[in-house]
Amino acid sequence: MKTTAFIANLFNSSLFISDLSRVLLKAMKAAVLIQRWYRQYAARMEVRRRYTWNIFQSMEYADLQDQIKLYNFLGYLMDNFTPSSTERNLISHIFRENEVCRDAEWERYFSYNNITVPDIYSGPRLTFPLDMDQAAHLVEAFKNKQQLHSRYVLQLLLETWKLLRVLPNINRVSTCHSKEITICGDLHGQLEDLLLIFYKNGMPSLEKPYVFNGDYVDRGKDSIEILLILFAFLLVFPGDVYLNRGNHEDHIINLRYGFTKEVLNKYKLHGKRILKLLQKIFSWLPLVTVIDQRVLIVHGGISDTTDLALIARVDRHRYVSALRPPKKKTPSRTNVYADSERYDEMIICKNRRGSLTFPKPFGARESFQRRSLQDFSSTVARTLGEEFEVRRRQAEFSLSSFSKSHRILSSALSSDSEPESSEFTDTGNDEWKQILDLLWSDPMSHDGCIPNEVRGGGCYWGPDVTEGFLNRHNLQLIIRSHECKQDGYEFCHNRKVLTLFSASNYYEVGSNRGAFVRLGPDLVPYFVQYQATSMTRGLSFPQNVKRTEHTALKVLREQLFVHKSDLLSAFQEIDKENTGLICLNDWASAIERVLHLDLPWRVLHPQLVSSTTDGKLDYHGWFRDLALKKPSSEHIEQTMLETLYRHRSTLETIFRIVDTDNSGLITFEDFRQTLKLLSAYLKMEISDEVINELVISTDTNNDGSIDIDEFMEAFRLVDKSRLERGKSLLKLMQDNQSLPQETESPQTVYSTAPQTSQCPASQPADPPVSNTTDSACSQTANPPASQTGSLTEDCPASQTEDLCHISVVVPPQ
Amino acid sequence: EVTETSKKSIVTFSEIHHFLLSDTIITETQKRISNAFDVFDHESNKTVDVREIGTIIRSLGCFPSEADLHDIIAELEEEEPTGFVRYEKFLPTMTKILLERKFRPITEDLLLQAFEVLDQQKKGHLEPEELTKYLTQEGEPFTQEEMDEMLSAAVDPDKNVILYKDFVSMMTFDDTR
Repeated sequence: MKTTAFIANLFNSSLFISDLSRVLLKAMKAAVLIQRWYRQYAARMEVRRRYTWNIFQSMEYADLQDQIKLYNFLGYLMDNFTPSSTERNLISHIFRENEVCRDAEWERYFSYNNITVPDIYSGPRLTFPLDMDQAAHLVEAFKNKQQLHSRYVLQLLLETWKLLRVLPNINRVSTCHSKEITICGDLHGQLEDLLLIFYKNGMPSLEKPYVFNGDYVDRGKDSIEILLILFAFLLVFPGDVYLNRGNHEDHIINLRYGFTKEVLNKYKLHGKRILKLLQKIFSWLPLVTVIDQRVLIVHGGISDTTDLALIARVDRHRYVSALRPPKKKTPSRTNVYADSERYDEMIICKNRRGSLTFPKPFGARESFQRRSLQDFSSTVARTLGEEFEVRRRQAEFSLSSFSKSHRILSSALSSDSEPESSEFTDTGNDEWKQILDLLWSDPMSHDGCIPNEVRGGGCYWGPDVTEGFLNRHNLQLIIRSHECKQDGYEFCHNRKVLTLFSASNYYEVGSNRGAFVRLGPDLVPYFVQYQATSMTRGLSFPQNVKRTEHTALKVLREQLFVHKSDLLSAFQEIDKENTGLICLNDWASAIERVLHLDLPWRVLHPQLVSSTTDGKLDYHGWFRDLALKKPSSEHIEQTMLETLYRHRSTLETIFRIVDTDNSGLITFEDFRQTLKLLSAYLKMEISDEVINELVISTDTNNDGSIDIDEFMEAFRLVDKSRLERGKSLLKLMQDNQSLPQETESPQTVYSTAPQTSQCPASQPADPPVSNTTDSACSQTANPPASQTGSLTEDCPASQTEDLCHISVVVPPQ
Repeated sequence: EVTETSKKSIVTFSEIHHFLLSDTIITETQKRISNAFDVFDHESNKTVDVREIGTIIRSLGCFPSEADLHDIIAELEEEEPTGFVRYEKFLPTMTKILLERKFRPITEDLLLQAFEVLDQQKKGHLEPEELTKYLTQEGEPFTQEEMDEMLSAAVDPDKNVILYKDFVSMMTFDDTR
């Protein structure tokens, strides 16, 4: 029985074996099929991810053009504008540094001693000199979303200022004692990333030196916290923490990109002083860092004229902002500007509420007014003078004209006018250019060195320039930041230039990783990449791609809509018989001609065009699809809307400059004047009725003043693609039931939304209660991802345990 | 013998096909290829990294296997491989692939059947370990990264299994968006 069973089993098993092999073969074929299919799917995901990236980069490129627009606008005003009496103050204010004082006055101005800290304040209470525990405690506090009290902020900043003033332009670091130096790139207010870096790499200390390569602020929502942390560590470990200046450490750039707003929101009472102090601190930040005399770390890059010996000698603090070149020294101002540090600043820092166009006739205002009239008239006279050539007007920017115009701008800004004086010497000009090059340049793949027209400052430098520079200075590597890279870092120029970017998810959640690098005595870079994933928790890889793509496409559709008039003309030019139809080929080329974004429109077209008949697109219908659902702003002309949108950043920056007391409000008159000026510059008619309409729809307080933020948001003039996690129009809409929730379909809402007040009324003190201050002003409801639908709120992840996806990259070769 | 002739006749047919196709279609196709190529042409000098060729071909709607790609790349690379492929070389090869409709898509049904084959016990679902074993050991094995990516999309977070029927419908639906 047993034998039979055994034989039966054997027989069965041989059958089993052949069955098995057949099954295995089938399984293998099935596996191949699935693999083949999945790889195809993954490839298409990859392409989507890639062009999404391209879209963001082009948007950034277009965005950078805004700076140039601003500059051109200011230049236009200077060149052509003979201000009427009502406009003079406005104009002169736009062009002038607005503050002031002498030593004693500065002390008083920045004094924190009379600021009392209430008992209920639960945040860190700093005592100076700081120590390591306090610095760590500060990090912990920020992780828990606390806010440092303005008294301590001012105190910390004052100490930082004192320290920075004794630091040289060039930090020199050594990797002796087998110390590894950690280098970080742009952080842009993204506290999560800094916390992630500290979590992974440890906080700065004697054993753990750090170099931070600029761009700490703007765009992200925790810029001030990042600064405070970095400054705290700088104070505790001045020999082991090195800070470079970035192009965003610039108060005018901050007006445009969000840092100013952030500080004023978080510190309503003392924000202005904090900003002023920061302005000084920024100008005192060192320019470059050199490790072991072999590796140069600088924020932007170099040019063919970069000379470290010259850099070592400049008075770096004279270069306060890229958009306001340094004013010349004049002996006649010695009385007021005794201290050499202050010679470049103007008089007057008194309380100045009220319109610039209608100044009060008495008191300090008067002297200001008189002075400004004088200055401006001399300026106007000079502009007609021969030494002026017509400079930058349109796209073609040559570096010589750029620096020349800076020279002209600066000499025009001086208060003592001597028409023939070119006291802004060539040395001054050279130094200015040197610094701009360091902070603004980008590498390119071809040889040579050309002006950086995209950014409007610095240059594009090629591999030959790198080679020459490294040889001249006996260096072996340049580490720079300034440009976002998908993997957090990227080599170029034959691995002699390394771009390092430490803000992950910079364009959008999932758009890119961040990275930091460690250098030991062997100077071989060791990279660590990461991606803050708090927002993507629970999202799979394809969902991530789709979400990012969704945002990019939304931005793109907005751009298309905003250029509707130009696109329509382009289409109609092709469609001579006025059929209303256009083939995809022509559609793609027309768009490229109008937008100049250099995007793969054919690859994108399925996402942008919902349907075609016989390969032809009904473009009128397409515009309707792109446009708003509720044309509540139809009374505002299309081209006007488009123009406002296109120049929104110039508008906003001017508004903020004009808002001298940083209240966030400007008067009717100033608003009107600004729009009028812009329209004259753009050669566009903007009638008073239209302006009034704009004004009325945004003046909620009915007190004759306009809230800048509300204006920008009401007309969807806020760039929603950015990671500016401030107030959200979506939240505004959701608060107001009469407007539809944002849906996924390609629609841009241009409407004058009935206003809701976003921020709580000014509080008498700055009680940094942990969450509520944040939530009122800076909480965002991100546009809900259509797929998941659960992400309607920005979950500010602070727990570093949640920040995963850290990968370590083995050093190359 | 038989296969040779039939293969030959197919080639001939496609040659005729070429002639019969209007210029517009060829231009359209070439523009599609050019656009897809541009997405990966980082330095705007009409070359792409050879390692991206597979992605480009797939993005144009083809479903080649790794072996297929290997052959195509061998054909594309110059006498001395530089690691880059120039557009002039890529275009004719890719045009041919598209016009001949090589590497046809895998239909939803076929895909479902493949999963069912792997699901030997006919459970209606697959365990992550099961699928991983097959896909990383059989056929043209996945890398760990590829496996992880697929699992992140395929595994049902509550039940921790792969409900392949739903998965297949979801993925193919996405494709058509």
